[in-house]
Amino acid sequence: MPHIRNFSIIAHIDHGKSTLADRLIQWTGMVGERQFRDQLLDTMDIERERGITIKSNTITLPYTADDGAEYELNLIDTPGHVDFSYEVSRALASCEGVLLLVDASQGVEAQTVANLYLAMEHDLTIIPVINKIDLPQADVDGVKDQIEKELGLDPDQAILCSAKEGIGVDEVLEAIVQHIPPPKGSQEQPLSALIFDAQYDSFRGAIISCRVFDGEVKPGDLIRFMHNNSTHKVEEVGIFGLQREPRKKLTAGMVGYIIAGIKTVSDTSIGDTITLEERPALKPLPGFKEVLPVVFASIYPVSADDYQALAEALEKYKLNDAALIYQKDSSAALGQGFRCGFLGLLHLEIVTERLEREFGQSIITTVPGVQYRFTLADGQTITVDNPMHYPDPTRIKGSQEPYIRAAILVPERYLGAVLKMCMERRGVNSHFSYPTPGRVEVTFEIPLAEVIIDFYDRLKTITQGYGSFDYELLDYRDSDLVKLDILVNGEKLDALSMIVYRTRARDWGVRVCERLKDEIPRQMFKIAIQGAIGGQVISRSTINAFRKDVTAKCYGGDITRKRKLLEKQKAGKKKMKMVGSVEIPQSAFVAVLKTENE
Amino acid sequence: MSPWLEALEKEAAFCQDRFGVFDTLYLGGGTPSLLTAGQMAHLLNSLRRRFAFSPNTEVTLEANPDDLNQMKIGAYRDLGVNRLSVGVQSFHDRELAFLGRRHNTRQTVEALEAARAAGFANLSLDLIYGLPGQSLEGWRKTLEQALAFHPEHLSCYQLTYEPGTPLGRRKARGEVIPATEEEERDFFLFTSRFLEDHDYLHYEISNFARQKGRLGQAPVINPKDATPTLTLPPQGGGDSAVASLPHNVQFTANDAQFLANEEFCPRLINNQGSFNRKPKTENRKPYFSRHNRKYWRHIPYLGLGPGAHSFQEGVRWWNVASVPQYCQSLARGEAPLADREILSPEQLRLEALYLGLRTREGAPLDLLRQTRGWEKTLTNLQKSGLVEMRRDRAVPTLEGFLMADSLPLYFMDADMGKDMAVTRETPLLLAPDP
Repeated sequence: MPHIRNFSIIAHIDHGKSTLADRLIQWTGMVGERQFRDQLLDTMDIERERGITIKSNTITLPYTADDGAEYELNLIDTPGHVDFSYEVSRALASCEGVLLLVDASQGVEAQTVANLYLAMEHDLTIIPVINKIDLPQADVDGVKDQIEKELGLDPDQAILCSAKEGIGVDEVLEAIVQHIPPPKGSQEQPLSALIFDAQYDSFRGAIISCRVFDGEVKPGDLIRFMHNNSTHKVEEVGIFGLQREPRKKLTAGMVGYIIAGIKTVSDTSIGDTITLEERPALKPLPGFKEVLPVVFASIYPVSADDYQALAEALEKYKLNDAALIYQKDSSAALGQGFRCGFLGLLHLEIVTERLEREFGQSIITTVPGVQYRFTLADGQTITVDNPMHYPDPTRIKGSQEPYIRAAILVPERYLGAVLKMCMERRGVNSHFSYPTPGRVEVTFEIPLAEVIIDFYDRLKTITQGYGSFDYELLDYRDSDLVKLDILVNGEKLDALSMIVYRTRARDWGVRVCERLKDEIPRQMFKIAIQGAIGGQVISRSTINAFRKDVTAKCYGGDITRKRKLLEKQKAGKKKMKMVGSVEIPQSAFVAVLKTENE
Repeated sequence: MSPWLEALEKEAAFCQDRFGVFDTLYLGGGTPSLLTAGQMAHLLNSLRRRFAFSPNTEVTLEANPDDLNQMKIGAYRDLGVNRLSVGVQSFHDRELAFLGRRHNTRQTVEALEAARAAGFANLSLDLIYGLPGQSLEGWRKTLEQALAFHPEHLSCYQLTYEPGTPLGRRKARGEVIPATEEEERDFFLFTSRFLEDHDYLHYEISNFARQKGRLGQAPVINPKDATPTLTLPPQGGGDSAVASLPHNVQFTANDAQFLANEEFCPRLINNQGSFNRKPKTENRKPYFSRHNRKYWRHIPYLGLGPGAHSFQEGVRWWNVASVPQYCQSLARGEAPLADREILSPEQLRLEALYLGLRTREGAPLDLLRQTRGWEKTLTNLQKSGLVEMRRDRAVPTLEGFLMADSLPLYFMDADMGKDMAVTRETPLLLAPDP
């Protein structure tokens, strides 16, 4: 196996990972100039638009090195967001080395550090690549300094590159061949392959992306998933070119796919080990864990008639995203819907956006929350991830909420603003370190609930885009929690109810009342919007009645014109939800979640 | 003869057998008073030759005060025009200048006096309110001076700023600041109360009809007595007004439905039952615009001229708006059609609903019943003081009038109107008669 190299590119968001991947594909001659689409690996529209990778894709690049030998370079693309760190860790476990990409103008960011640690944990060879050196604001020496002092890497090994301009791409390819070790492992050992991704194909079932560590697998083999002990008969194996390219077998060291007639992607768990039923491996590969959702929100169809369509869309969506979990939910205001669990807020956004865009669903998403724990009078502890299941307050003896450790890396001048935000959001035990002069890393412990709504956007605002953020889950801690209800003309808008920390309830109540005031169009009567805990009103806003709306003239040609306008308005009503007698637009539910500065 | 009149006659030929007997004829939209007496005579005579009119046809002519001189007015009267709709707009010269009108108050007074003197017993005045900086007091003076002529009918329009018009552009540039919503409400409510106090029935959003029998018979006014006491400042500059061509002539058909509708509380428009009830209060009926009410009730009407709209049996069609195009089409022997629409039952319901809710007659419950939860909605609207029930009709209150654009939305389901368009032969033939 000397001619295989398995590697990933790790980087902070926007540091140019996808562009570099595209260049490598282009340089190795896999695609002609005319077929070339920017960010080839990011196949989903949303990824292309947001410039981030959500689902990782893998590709095998044929490369003839300067030494004349032919190599198979397996580029294992990783998702670039903190919500998907488990997926990243499994992808990294499939590699021997990584390209650590740093933006020459932005420098090292929190996620760069986090990803580097991940790579180090897996004992990978790390090749620093400084990207975007063509930008006028590029500071190569400064970044080299950071690479040395903050990351502890040899700055002289860093490759200078502009993926956009095609500068340094040859050097990157050569470094992969020369510095990243070939995969170890033995073809004679029992099969042991790591699942690092899975996609669903409506004809073939689950397409498993895996790295073979030992042994070999071929069509006709009976394979076993070591985590759930299910067995499947292999139909096809192959490698990832621009399309799937079938091979006779996958052997130790290779990265490729297995198709085995598996009906849903959720049957295959990322991180699981595949072995052969006949001759199983002694133990699974290390590092498997169940991915658990941490952010919860409900999704409702805008029109109650579309519930069934939404159910079908979720079912289809779930085939390609095993991390999403959902179950039925219902709301007095919004009707039938689903309570969903997500890996994080970005995951939530991606799911809702794809449901709307790819599956044509018109949906309303409720305020996201976390999983709370309540100890009741009878000593029982219950877990609540839906405000509708908030227990009778008289029975609650204690309540707890999850905490995370957050790490924020910022230029020193923003330290004050960051600390202020951290305090406002109940951050505790903050620590500073100064990896390089002028930059500070702040770590603190903070309730997860405080970061799932507009935390990241706010951080970007107060640090003018320089702050970067990463987190890990810590534990559950005691907290004084209450349920905040929102009432519109006395009718509870249960979809906006949320469980909050008592002293933050008023802020939230005020904020929601103000947002709704801006979003709900004036109607023919006065609308009172209230925030309440139990029976106690803690915030209030009023929308004055619309009192004049009339066109003066209506003769001959005006009649058709006016009717057409009414028909248009009628169509617009589809986007409205009736709560009691008040019409509430879909946008009101969204607005509640938006950052103040937007 | 002008090319436009020639074209109009050709168009009339296309339509001459498509309608029954007309009982209203409306010469308006644009400025038909620009026609010479001779042209007007020619036009009316040729229309009479082609179409059947009932003996008591309401013949309205729209006129600007500066086009009306004693001679013309007398000629119109002799030609059978029995109702004048005069574009007075305001009794303040400064406001007329702001509006870009060419006439001044003195001309208005002279024209109205001349009309009465010529024996016009049915006068309608158009007035505009809600001008930037206008006070209620100033508006009241305009109304008082209008009332001095005891007009049988008043149309009071709130000033609107249409994009693309000179006024619209001035608003967009921030040169004029429109009245606030509260001010607009105040003007609207004031107008309604003031005119109702003076025995005018507020029968549609912008229209007021004098009640017969309150002020006695059609007024016999000595023009001298009617002269307002206001001293008139000399006419200022003002924007130049553009006089449009006499645009279109409209007719509405006098059919069985219309007779039924002559009663103040008309029957359902789709009720083809007995129409032979004799109107009870013929002599005391207010001076409605007989013509305009037909638009609001789906009664057939025929419009001739550029941009004119026509309606018959659920089909509405309209002419090209450009005068040259209109003339050219007809010169080629083609109908000057721009487009037409065949209204689906839901569209007809919607129109009947919203047009009904713009009038004191309101909308019959049958039109509301087709919406989910209509009873609750209606109760809410009643509680909110926007609608009252009068027999089997939902009638807007004054506050309801103010919300006339929104009211119908309460009786429209988002998923309604999926019903298919009516399939039927259009009654309109595109070829001229041989």
